[in-house]
Amino acid sequence: MSPSSQDVWVYVEHLRGTVAGHTYELLGKSRDLAGALGGRVVAILLGNGVQPLAGTLGAADRVIYVDDPALAEFTPQAHGTVLRALAEQQAPRLLIFGATSLGMDLAALLAGSMGMPLIVNCKDIGVEDGRVVATSQMCGGKLLCEAGIGDRPAIVTVLSGAFPAEKGASDRPPQIESVPLPVSPDALRMKVLRLLEPAAGDVDISKAPVLVAVGRGIQRKENLPMTEDLASLLGGVVCSSRPVVDQGWLPASRQVGKSGMIVKPKLYLALGISGAPEHVEGMKDADLIIAVNSDPKAPIFDVADYGVAVDLFELLPLLTQEIEKRKGLAAAS
Amino acid sequence: MNISVLLNMVPDLVEELEIDASGTALDTQWMRFLLSESDEHALEQALLLKDRHGARVTVLALEPGDAEEALFSSLAKGADEAVKITGVSPGLSKRVVAMAFKEALQATPSDLILTGVYAIDDLDGHAAGLLAGMLDLPFVGVTRSVEPVNGRVVVQKEYPGGFAAEVEVGLPAVIGVLSAPQPPRYVPVARIRETRKTRTLTERPVSVAESLPGLTIRRLFKPEPAERAEMLTGTLGDVAGQIVTILADRGLVR
Amino acid sequence: MVTGDLHRAASGDAHAGLFFGAPQDWRREFNPCIQCGMCGGACPLGPAMDYTPRRAIYMAKEGLLDPVIRSNTLWLCVSCYNCTARCPTNLKITDILFPALRDAAINAGIQLPGEFKRALDNTYRYGNSLGEGPRKRMEWTKGAGVPVPVISQLRRPVEVLWLVECYPSYHPRNQVQAQAMARILHAAGVDFAILGPEERCVGDCERLSGEKGLFESLVEYNAALLDKYEYQEIITSDPHAYNSLHRVYPTMDRRYPVKHYVEFLAERLDALRPLLRHRIDARVTYHDNCCLGRMCGMYEAPRDLLRAIPGITLTEMAFARENALCCGGGGGGMWLDTVIWQAAGDRLSDRRITHALATGAEILAVSCPFETSRFEDSLKSSGHEGKLIVRDILELLDESMRGRGGAAA
Repeated sequence: MSPSSQDVWVYVEHLRGTVAGHTYELLGKSRDLAGALGGRVVAILLGNGVQPLAGTLGAADRVIYVDDPALAEFTPQAHGTVLRALAEQQAPRLLIFGATSLGMDLAALLAGSMGMPLIVNCKDIGVEDGRVVATSQMCGGKLLCEAGIGDRPAIVTVLSGAFPAEKGASDRPPQIESVPLPVSPDALRMKVLRLLEPAAGDVDISKAPVLVAVGRGIQRKENLPMTEDLASLLGGVVCSSRPVVDQGWLPASRQVGKSGMIVKPKLYLALGISGAPEHVEGMKDADLIIAVNSDPKAPIFDVADYGVAVDLFELLPLLTQEIEKRKGLAAAS
Repeated sequence: MNISVLLNMVPDLVEELEIDASGTALDTQWMRFLLSESDEHALEQALLLKDRHGARVTVLALEPGDAEEALFSSLAKGADEAVKITGVSPGLSKRVVAMAFKEALQATPSDLILTGVYAIDDLDGHAAGLLAGMLDLPFVGVTRSVEPVNGRVVVQKEYPGGFAAEVEVGLPAVIGVLSAPQPPRYVPVARIRETRKTRTLTERPVSVAESLPGLTIRRLFKPEPAERAEMLTGTLGDVAGQIVTILADRGLVR
Repeated sequence: MVTGDLHRAASGDAHAGLFFGAPQDWRREFNPCIQCGMCGGACPLGPAMDYTPRRAIYMAKEGLLDPVIRSNTLWLCVSCYNCTARCPTNLKITDILFPALRDAAINAGIQLPGEFKRALDNTYRYGNSLGEGPRKRMEWTKGAGVPVPVISQLRRPVEVLWLVECYPSYHPRNQVQAQAMARILHAAGVDFAILGPEERCVGDCERLSGEKGLFESLVEYNAALLDKYEYQEIITSDPHAYNSLHRVYPTMDRRYPVKHYVEFLAERLDALRPLLRHRIDARVTYHDNCCLGRMCGMYEAPRDLLRAIPGITLTEMAFARENALCCGGGGGGMWLDTVIWQAAGDRLSDRRITHALATGAEILAVSCPFETSRFEDSLKSSGHEGKLIVRDILELLDESMRGRGGAAA
């Protein structure tokens, strides 16, 4: 490997022609890190027909893209082999991936094959006297570990939402460089047979990143559509405690709790749920729990991170409006 | 087909985690361990391949953390051989775990190596990917099914956004399992007890360097505990705004 | 009407164990079956079963186990013992047929309902079906307001060893009942101690769930513990634990002097009565739970306790005493709730609540930890919340001792 540069590389995740929002979080943070290290931010974009995406990565100083049919679908083999070849040529100081189903594969594979230190699930990264320090979240958030990587080239994976995405947004056109496939296509020896769309129809609530949960407090089946709108706005789905399913207002696949599903979403918004132990068992490990219940003594507030003791029917329209406003702002910037 | 399943014991979060006096390791006095959930799925995936296609299943685990219970339970569920790897205490390092498995696997030729794609106590990597990198073997992680097809395997790999892909992988390969096509099977306690009496574990000593190359744990700590929810107050409009700010800060409003 | 000597089953015929782990082929237990159909007719969930107990017995004896263990029958038994109570040939349908069928299903690799499997895994790992850590068994004692000694720390013999059991130790709705019991024992001057973090489930529901090995390992563990300490008698707040300790353990040659709290306190009513100073002016109807009632004939003791509280008038619901309709929580019912509800269309506790409501009583009194939550849930889901409150006898005694203001833990 050539002598290390102080560059910070961000692996760009994209699907169906759009860069993942999480990538912008990484780019934003990388600006700080590269600045402190005295290097540049380089976005690495691999795929087929990805050139148009490069222009959105202005927060990076440089975008290196490899556009090749062999990279059309992601496999750890294909993208990992190309990344390794690029990294061996250019020796970045830090390689940053999102802690996602793609990033975790690549990061571990590269760390193993290149013998580089790796810290996963970071919620913070910093530079102290030229040394990289990261804080990793372990054991479902019950344990945090501050680890120093020293001055060796290293890899990190970062939790979604750890850093603000706004800092990674930029209109500035980056310096874009196209690189041919650095290895022979035979080296990318894994074949994607076909892509599978998410199943329509019955939803698997355990896979949803956001859950809007309704309880008895929703009172009537007719009140469900507004909660479904809210869920869609947040990129999630509606689930419920047992009584709502018992009434037949939602199918059993939506039930959260001891006799339903155990879920660990990024956000669990509990509306009109009292928080009986049988329900709490199903959702207590959610990353963020916000509960709305008109009874300030409801046990749900013992497990929630934030609580609001108001009438959910009064709050919901305002909440929906506020989210739409915020999203409108985000799209415009 | 010879399948090796790698098992990891992780802290059981039913008990409070305690940090030892040095502040850089967990205090194991009251700690209980259990088999990592995604490894349970990896074992189930292997047993399904055995049930349906007649594979031979070997399970391997590092000794620390009450691995014997997991190894005997695996035999009771139908694994053909169980290997207890001795001589290594990996602590929090999955890199050391991967190195230990790499060495232990030399004595067990494998067409397919299945293990959980991650564990709750991962810090310096995920054992599945690290091992694949060290062995320079094809690797796919976050899978929800593995099927043999013409001497290769076809796996379903999860992508973000609810998408997935069918990927064909040549053998030998390492697969990081997220979930098996069906929930891990139940094994009756009577059968585990009987297995403990009638079967033996293969002991396999290995030696690896026990440090985190390039990585220093500066401190382990617990987040500030919250007894109850932080209650948001103000007018309804204020509260709605506060909620959205909380969500936006976490990247939940895009 | 109950035929046969109901309580002969309770005292345990020496030749036939109540635990199907008995060495003989369990199907021979059912040789006396005359296929009369009383069992299926008496079963509250019989109509929802693919095969009634009668048919299951017939098929099992004919070697046709496979369709039975693949049917829904196995998962609809809540161990209410109604079939056992009415069988004219005294067959141990609840204690042997269903556990044996479930054991066969588990061994045949049938997919178990998720919650059911989790409960068994939890009991094996943590000694309780709720999956709570052993060290948290003491949490409830903090709110008792009286000392709750742990026998291993006392290092001396005690008059009474109190097996608190799992739901009273861990479930928030039941912890207040455990706290009430501690206060009552203390006020009555009883020298008692608990096992604390060493305690593991007695495993009655696990036994009835067909987990033979798990029950055996729990018996070994509990017997070792009970043999280690010195006490004059054992009391428990859980009728299911009482069921196994009183009826099943002796058939495995383990005999312990155990009482449920209702009989223990009823024996001490003369000492208790002066402590029950505050009136509770209410009509109360008592639900006879299956273990204490139908299986052990304990009908008067709980009523005596309730009548001792000044202001209470007792009123009986339909289907009382040996005819009581189960709440649906026993024998794994707590972990099969959704499966049962989906097959039958309602919950047994929903049905039972209508009997209680029909009496016009203000309070539904119970003496089994499963029942408080089950009946309270049923009141809410049937839209009758507020018409009736559910209280364990312990909570009522405690309230009468301390007055309403003092009732909060």
